[in-house]
Amino acid sequence: MTSTDPPAAPSREHGQALLADMLRIRRFEERCAALYGEGKIRGFLHLYVGEEAVAVGVFQALRPEDAVVATYREHGHALLKGVSAGAVMAEMFGKATGCSRGRGGSMHLFDAATRFYGGNAIVGAGLPQAVGLALADHLRGERRVTACFFGDGAVAEGEFHESMNLASLWRLPVLFVCENNRYAMGTAIERHQAQLDLPLKARGYAVPAESVDGMDVLAVEAAARRAAGQVRSGQGPFFLEARTYRFRAHSAYDPELYRNKEEVEAWKQRDPIPALAAVLRAAGHLDDALLARLEGAADREVDEAVRFAEASPWEPVEDLLRDLVAAPGGEGGRP
Amino acid sequence: MKTTYREAVRAALREALQRDPRVFLMGEDVGRYGGTYAVSHGLLEEFGPERIRDTPLSESAFVGAGIGAAMAGMRPIVEVMTVNFSLLALDQLVNGAALLRHMSGGQVSVPLVVRMATGGGRQVAAQHSHSWEGWYAHVPGLRVLAPATLEDARGMLWSALQDPDPVLLFEHTTLYGAEGELADDAGPVDISRAAVRRPGKDVSLITYGGTLARTLAAAEALAKEGIDAEVLDLRVLRPLDTEAILATARRTRRAVIVDEGWRSGSLAAEVSARITEEAFYDLDAPVARVCSAEVPMPYPRHLEEAVLPQAAGIAAAARAVARHG
Repeated sequence: MTSTDPPAAPSREHGQALLADMLRIRRFEERCAALYGEGKIRGFLHLYVGEEAVAVGVFQALRPEDAVVATYREHGHALLKGVSAGAVMAEMFGKATGCSRGRGGSMHLFDAATRFYGGNAIVGAGLPQAVGLALADHLRGERRVTACFFGDGAVAEGEFHESMNLASLWRLPVLFVCENNRYAMGTAIERHQAQLDLPLKARGYAVPAESVDGMDVLAVEAAARRAAGQVRSGQGPFFLEARTYRFRAHSAYDPELYRNKEEVEAWKQRDPIPALAAVLRAAGHLDDALLARLEGAADREVDEAVRFAEASPWEPVEDLLRDLVAAPGGEGGRP
Repeated sequence: MKTTYREAVRAALREALQRDPRVFLMGEDVGRYGGTYAVSHGLLEEFGPERIRDTPLSESAFVGAGIGAAMAGMRPIVEVMTVNFSLLALDQLVNGAALLRHMSGGQVSVPLVVRMATGGGRQVAAQHSHSWEGWYAHVPGLRVLAPATLEDARGMLWSALQDPDPVLLFEHTTLYGAEGELADDAGPVDISRAAVRRPGKDVSLITYGGTLARTLAAAEALAKEGIDAEVLDLRVLRPLDTEAILATARRTRRAVIVDEGWRSGSLAAEVSARITEEAFYDLDAPVARVCSAEVPMPYPRHLEEAVLPQAAGIAAAARAVARHG
């Protein structure tokens, strides 16, 4: 089933909240790009610009007690899970106040308190771990969902297939969310998938599946609520494909030789933020002044995050071996 | 009481499942089949299918699921049928379990125990006879154990489950049928120290796992020739008990390392290097190694025996070192 019916305009308050969330992520990512240019952020940097409607829509269906496993393009997911922008930005800077104490960087955001389990830079590796988080809930009788985000590239990995089968076989509460941005790094989906109907693959493992327009936050939210509801009610896993597009390069190193500007421009016409803004304006829920206020709030949050990151200390080199293992007198003390 | 290595591991599993409701066992054929090596025979009937979970042949998925469940506070015991198949889950172990705590700044704990059968000697040829425990011992963040005795087979599992970090347990396939006496009250054992299995003064034979018995046999043969060999069982392959290694080397001033892994880049190389780095001036002879021949394991008995360290070869190496200088 593919949902094509446009959802009704959201309530004023909810619509504004969705817009605010997407703006938060957009502004955060744009600042990251600038900070990368300044050398404040190093290493790999994968931005979510263009894909915001997917995470924002899906998170509407999640509760604080649910677990999230994400990819290396996960800054927005961490923010939505409740990790502070300061802790995420400090992590990007590599500072000790970062959500992973600066050790992980952009690709390895973690926050045990909010049950945000990464931040995984191995494509596909998060899926089995999400299955395990859900297995723990199953064994303990907890009615929680584990949301697992991954890209279209991961669908080619063996772990996708192993995890679909295992989660389905054991009827585990995993919401698999495929953020299909049409490229596995630089390889277009037509060049890496023999079968482009991704939900069909999930159905091959008896996992119910749906595709949704990932540029439409309201459609994503509606689909995610249906999917998460099913998962939460004990019916086993669900596979949700959100068809989306990243507006920026794969990472800061990517010269984008594999796609043309016309394609990128065409997708930018479907930018989820102006799209939602138009819906809200038509419903009388948004005007220029309110939009400016939301943008201002997003900018202030990012400004404050950058200030926090700048002012934060580095982890002392003496702590290098700390937390390699937990036990005092463990390996950390006996290299 | 008289028991076998297999029964000792089963008793350890049973105790863990009885004592801690967070513990569950999963792996290929651990349930209805009773375990490839019959280790978990009867546990499905006793503990039910929620806690004794047969998995599909999906090493990466069920090892990764073990990591996820451990992150969520469970105490999974994952059985990978053999070390040979663990390569299909290598990413989860090395890129996942081993580094999650450090990479997350200390937030994510992975109290996972993975058991696997290792080693050669059963004529199961090249793809079923590997000894990759030395590879795993290369990786910071993992604790790597090699129970070589009934006491350790019985006692290491519970101790491993108390470790808040991932522990890999390597059970040598030739040991499962080993019989012997085990104290009725045998229980958890230390998992940080090596153990001297035979004290001696002339030469130190340092080994672990499947080659312990052959090394002890070599020591008995040497004793008849008047060479008093000390046998150190490493038990813990990571983190190595450097203190015990250096102590035995200094005591006898001569050392031979016996390791079923291939020589190049082996665990034996690491032990040798630690002795040479820190006890060089206490030695009376160069350190020697007895390792497996560097070929894929052939199927016929006589060729397999030629590949693996044998008591005669160990004794010969020890003799050469003992007579050096």
